[in-house]
Amino acid sequence: MDGFDGLFFLEVLAGGLLSGVMYALVAIGFVLIYKTSGVLNFAQGAMLLFAALTFVSLTERGLSFPLAFAITFSIMVALGIAIERTVLRPLTNRPPITLFMATLGLSYVIEGAAQLIWGTQVHGLDLGIEDVPFDVGGVFISQFDLFAAAVAATLVAVLSVFFRYTRIGLGFRAVADDPFAALAVGLRLPFIWATVWAAAGLVALVAGLLWGARVGVQFSLSLVVLKALPVLVLGGFDSIPGAIVGGLLIGAAEKLAEVYLGDYVGGGIESWFAYVLALVVLLVRPSGLFGQKRVERV
Amino acid sequence: MTAFATDLVPEIRPARGLPGWALPVATLAVAYLAVPLLATNYLFEAILLPFLALSLAGVGLNILTGYAGQVSLGSAAFMAVGAYAAYNVHLRVEGLPLIGSIVAAGLSAAAIGLAFGLPSLRLKGFYLAVSTLAAQFFVQWALTKFSWFSNDSASGVIDAPPLQIAGFAVDGPVGRYLFALTVVAVLTFLSHRLVISQTGRNFIAVRDNETAARIIGVPVLKTKLLAFAVSSFIIGIAGVLWAFAYLRTVEPAGFNLDRSFQILFIVIIGGLATIRGAFFGAALIVVFPLVLSRFGSLVLGDVFDSGVLDMSQRIVLGALIILFLVLEPDGLAALSDRLRRRIATGLRRG
Repeated sequence: MDGFDGLFFLEVLAGGLLSGVMYALVAIGFVLIYKTSGVLNFAQGAMLLFAALTFVSLTERGLSFPLAFAITFSIMVALGIAIERTVLRPLTNRPPITLFMATLGLSYVIEGAAQLIWGTQVHGLDLGIEDVPFDVGGVFISQFDLFAAAVAATLVAVLSVFFRYTRIGLGFRAVADDPFAALAVGLRLPFIWATVWAAAGLVALVAGLLWGARVGVQFSLSLVVLKALPVLVLGGFDSIPGAIVGGLLIGAAEKLAEVYLGDYVGGGIESWFAYVLALVVLLVRPSGLFGQKRVERV
Repeated sequence: MTAFATDLVPEIRPARGLPGWALPVATLAVAYLAVPLLATNYLFEAILLPFLALSLAGVGLNILTGYAGQVSLGSAAFMAVGAYAAYNVHLRVEGLPLIGSIVAAGLSAAAIGLAFGLPSLRLKGFYLAVSTLAAQFFVQWALTKFSWFSNDSASGVIDAPPLQIAGFAVDGPVGRYLFALTVVAVLTFLSHRLVISQTGRNFIAVRDNETAARIIGVPVLKTKLLAFAVSSFIIGIAGVLWAFAYLRTVEPAGFNLDRSFQILFIVIIGGLATIRGAFFGAALIVVFPLVLSRFGSLVLGDVFDSGVLDMSQRIVLGALIILFLVLEPDGLAALSDRLRRRIATGLRRG
């Protein structure tokens, strides 16, 4: 190696941070559901695939962007309500791990259904944003990545306003704090759960479109959950800021490791590096960087 | 944290008048004597061999997840470690009998399991489940990347050596079936002894309430690590059966995350914290796709191409999991218990 190239380092770092935004986008969907119902929703990736596939298939049939978006979003809302009815309600008061396994089953159902309905071929998705790198003080940054980051920022802003200032949002937080107290003051839990799943559906749709435009809309899209899980572990399952910071950390560390360490171990370390990084952090802080520490009762 | 609400039921509830060992012994007798005479090659290759390997993996995961309450999503990785360890030991150690390779494979898997079980000392629940994915991806990567593990074959594919026990060649479906059956029977018996021993009680205590377990003097950390080691040992040997007795040619990609989920599903469908549940679950998981494809081609004919079949299999399997969790959280084992009791009452009345 001929000395340390500072500019190159910055470029790798910027690329990593921006791909971290994409991870965070997926992770936020998990956090929404975990916060309000204590479920690690493994089906989030399947929902992402389902949303992207539905959207692409609709636009390919000649629908305009806003119309396809609206229809897909209403389908995701319907899906959220259906999940609440058929899966969550019968499993109320079961241990969290049972619910997790139910979402595993759910992810199989949604993945299968998405491809049974829309077919298994790869669809291209063009959001109309050119992916030309442009120059910021000698560092090349992809325009698409910047757009994705802006979308993610907007989404987070909208979600935080929603959580802080609307009635339903306050209801979410009440349920997250204490489901029984929330029930006691008259909040309707089934309604809130259905809304949360619909919100997660919206996040899945947005993330699905961005990821789909990046890698093509196909089955492997549902595997982005595997990228989001270490982000969640790192940031804490119940923290939106945690998901963002975790995403940025993982994205940056992964790219840097691949570029600077990858050669020593033969490359391709992206598949597990994020997990090992998350594990190391967890050994120091068992509930993630931002997660709430659980008080244990005897 | 109470991970699972299953009661501490006795492992085997025999019908009136029969001793507890009667049913397992009868099953074994049928498996050893009747099955080799009656079964066809197709039955051995497509159903019985994968069934035995997956059942054993289910027994192994059940010790960790069902009894000790630690969820693992990395079972396929330990199967892979077992398969590749057995292959390498057999290849590199001259004159070691097959049993030696198998035990070495189990020990290697146990060592890897111990290493990836270390996070369980600090992590719980979902955080632990996710961290076991590290094992899944790391092992698959290492086996593909370092060709030493596969003796420099392309993309990590290994071919099982011819099986020999005490000078006798074990080939052909019947021989491999009997070999697998023996391994499974021995390990299942040992697992049964383990879970009804003090150690097994410790597992359950840690699962049901860690703090309480610590108060009554259960060494929690040691117990958790032991659960990881024992479980990985068994799953590793299941991997050997999968590679040597069933498929004969395996690659790291065959031990992917879907396989891990499959083993988890076997445990859930069969029933957590039961040994025989793993066998019920594995039977369902192995037979079900075959039945579905037969049924599909029968009813829908050519409309049912392989893509559609794959997708509908996924849907039905997923729905089945949810259905089981909702309707029969204790799995097929509980179902069979109820059925047996009902028959017994019916007999006494009649």
